Amino acid sequence: MRAIGIILAGGNNHRMKELSQKRAIAAMPIAGSYRSIDFALSNMSNSHIQKVGVFTQYNARSLNEHLSSSKWWDFGRKQGGLFVFTPTVTYDNSFWYRGTADAIYQNLAFLKNSHEPYVIIASADCVYKMDYNKVLEYHIEKKADITVVCKDMPAGTEVERYGTLKMNEECLIEDFEEKPIVAKSNTISCGIYIIRRRQLIELIEKSAEEDRHDFVRDILIRYKNLKKIYGYKIKEYWRNIASVEDYFSTNMDFLKPEIRDYFFKQYPDVYSKVDDLPPAKYNMGSQIRNSLISSGCIINGIVEDSVVFKKVFIGNNCFIKNSIILNNVYIGDNTHIENCIIESRDTIRANSYHKGENGIKIVIEKNERYIL
Amino acid sequence: MIKKEMIAMLLAGGQGSRLGVLTLKMAKPAVAFGGKYRIIDFPLSNCINSGVDTVGVLTQYQPLRLNTHIGIGIPWDLDRNIGGVTVLPPYEKSTSSQWYTGTANAIFQNIDYMETYNPEYVLILSGDHIYKMDYEVMLDFHKQNKAEVTIATMAVPLEEAKRFGILITDENRRIVDFEEKPENPRSNLASMGIYIFNWKTLKEALIAKAEQPALDFGQHVIPYCHEKGAPLYAYEYNGYWKDVGTLQSYWEANMELIDIVPEFNLYEEYWKIYTRSLTLPPQYISSESVVEKSIIGEGTTIYGQIYNSVIGCGVTIGSGTIVRDSIIMNEAVIGDGCEINKGIIAENVQIGNEVRLGIGEEVPNETHPHIYSHGMVTVGEKSVIPDGVTVGKNTVIAGTTDYDDYMNKSLAGGKTLIKAGDES
Repeated sequence: MRAIGIILAGGNNHRMKELSQKRAIAAMPIAGSYRSIDFALSNMSNSHIQKVGVFTQYNARSLNEHLSSSKWWDFGRKQGGLFVFTPTVTYDNSFWYRGTADAIYQNLAFLKNSHEPYVIIASADCVYKMDYNKVLEYHIEKKADITVVCKDMPAGTEVERYGTLKMNEECLIEDFEEKPIVAKSNTISCGIYIIRRRQLIELIEKSAEEDRHDFVRDILIRYKNLKKIYGYKIKEYWRNIASVEDYFSTNMDFLKPEIRDYFFKQYPDVYSKVDDLPPAKYNMGSQIRNSLISSGCIINGIVEDSVVFKKVFIGNNCFIKNSIILNNVYIGDNTHIENCIIESRDTIRANSYHKGENGIKIVIEKNERYIL
Repeated sequence: MIKKEMIAMLLAGGQGSRLGVLTLKMAKPAVAFGGKYRIIDFPLSNCINSGVDTVGVLTQYQPLRLNTHIGIGIPWDLDRNIGGVTVLPPYEKSTSSQWYTGTANAIFQNIDYMETYNPEYVLILSGDHIYKMDYEVMLDFHKQNKAEVTIATMAVPLEEAKRFGILITDENRRIVDFEEKPENPRSNLASMGIYIFNWKTLKEALIAKAEQPALDFGQHVIPYCHEKGAPLYAYEYNGYWKDVGTLQSYWEANMELIDIVPEFNLYEEYWKIYTRSLTLPPQYISSESVVEKSIIGEGTTIYGQIYNSVIGCGVTIGSGTIVRDSIIMNEAVIGDGCEINKGIIAENVQIGNEVRLGIGEEVPNETHPHIYSHGMVTVGEKSVIPDGVTVGKNTVIAGTTDYDDYMNKSLAGGKTLIKAGDES
């Protein structure tokens, strides 16, 4: 094995609005059956990376539950395995993770005790499929110090919430800005990096000495003229979900046949925790048009252009359109839901009306389920 | 020393020939059921839900599918350091090697396996029934009565009692007599083929009757224990229990799952049924689809119209296709513009475009009128049916078929078309 993996799953983002009250972005449900972190984990597993550390901090209950067994991604092995690093108070440190570099610094033993020469760093809030070995080959061929996976975003994308970069014709990164006010390029960093393990240890230790804690700002940007940092451009599907709009549209992407084919049918698969739910059930009066329905659902109403997650109950005479219904939601009879995201485990009383007028409405009702 | 209070022995070696081509290449317990399950998932899930974590599965007929399904038992949490699930095929011995010649003979040949766990009780199960049962409650009943053998029973209508093994009990549920498929039944308590034995009693009986050809529980072991005066008790079970031994009962049991509140409810939170899931993605239903009164498994894509049907995982149903009252198993692909009436379409079947199944008058099947009946069309696993073919009722198709196999692109009602050995 040539590389170990690090998945940064600590983050929260104010752009997720109410959706991040409940969980870290890494645990956001995606495409009916998955969680955001499944994509990074499956990519690691499918790239034959056997040892993966997941760094969590913000509200990790949901994420920890999801990661309670590593067997779903085939990590339950004697060699390697899945390691979850949550901040802890130690003899010489009483801080939370003050940044991504600090998270790695506080668990530097994970890197020091490994023997694999390379480290692949990925973030848990992106939806994509990737063979990291291809990037690693590129990294070795370029004799790079750090390789950053990047993507050209279509014109008009709000690239200011990403790291943007400029490369020369050799793909050497000349300019790198984190969340610029005015972006100079529409090439963005995908948050996936490859670096030699010893190099990473050295850079992280040096940053820690200088009280610098962020991997992008204090290592990538600070060292861009000193170290050889290359870009690896991808053309394949890649989406970051860390805003309500992107989260919504990424889920809706799965209604397109070519996206479903790419993620669901083409080898290799994306793995997730298996829930042992029965098949979805459609009773008399159900009408489904252009929608994804997950296992364990019971549907009596009308569903159009929507993504319905697991174990959702939709009552008689309901009308659901252009919406995302997260896991384990109960929707009472005669309810109208349009342009909404319904938070998981919620109970929507009968005869409710919810419509997102200017954009997506997030519905969190917190009703008791059994006094309907 | 290892000590398990109760271990289970699950008889899964039978062919189940009355399921016709469904069991051509797999044992009956491996046949798909209810969209995503296989029949054996029910007893295996019952075991783990009842706290029985040591299960020997006795296989003989076509075991490949069963073996790959069970694996090391991960889906049922039966991958254990001590115990767990063990597949027990017949094996060669230094003298007198033989196949499993009867239900009890299979258990007899695995005395060593049971001995390893040093059990107090042994639970004997068969792998061909659909039910949810707490074996721990049955064990409590067994212990309370200080029984040596307890037989699970259920009350059946008296007129149907002649199809079963019938038990006659006293007021304390102690068994006083039994009859196998009696003409004039004296009781309506039918044996479900589920037994709890004291290990000592079972071992003694198996060794004493070892020379009996085709050693069977109902015919030999239970009568032997009774004659010896061992206390035999009948435990009465009142829940849902369905024998899916014939195509007709198999079809009915599947169809019962789509009722508004099914008698056998898979949606209850406790007593989950576990299975090996290979497909995770949600199912996609297109804009022009209709889905009514059906259940559908993961990863299935539907462009057509589905009424009153049970659809498995990873199935594709083309646009304009109408499926009625049918069972379509995992990974089957149905083309565009088809019509399927009361079909049982096995796994990995490929049906072309404009194919019509279950058309015309009902004619008894020419070769197996008792198996392929009630107007069903049965298509065996991995079969291929070419574009534009019309198929009548009470028919069966297996293997890769082409136009040469059909008269003017049609197969008349009651015909059997089995091209064995044609694997694609």
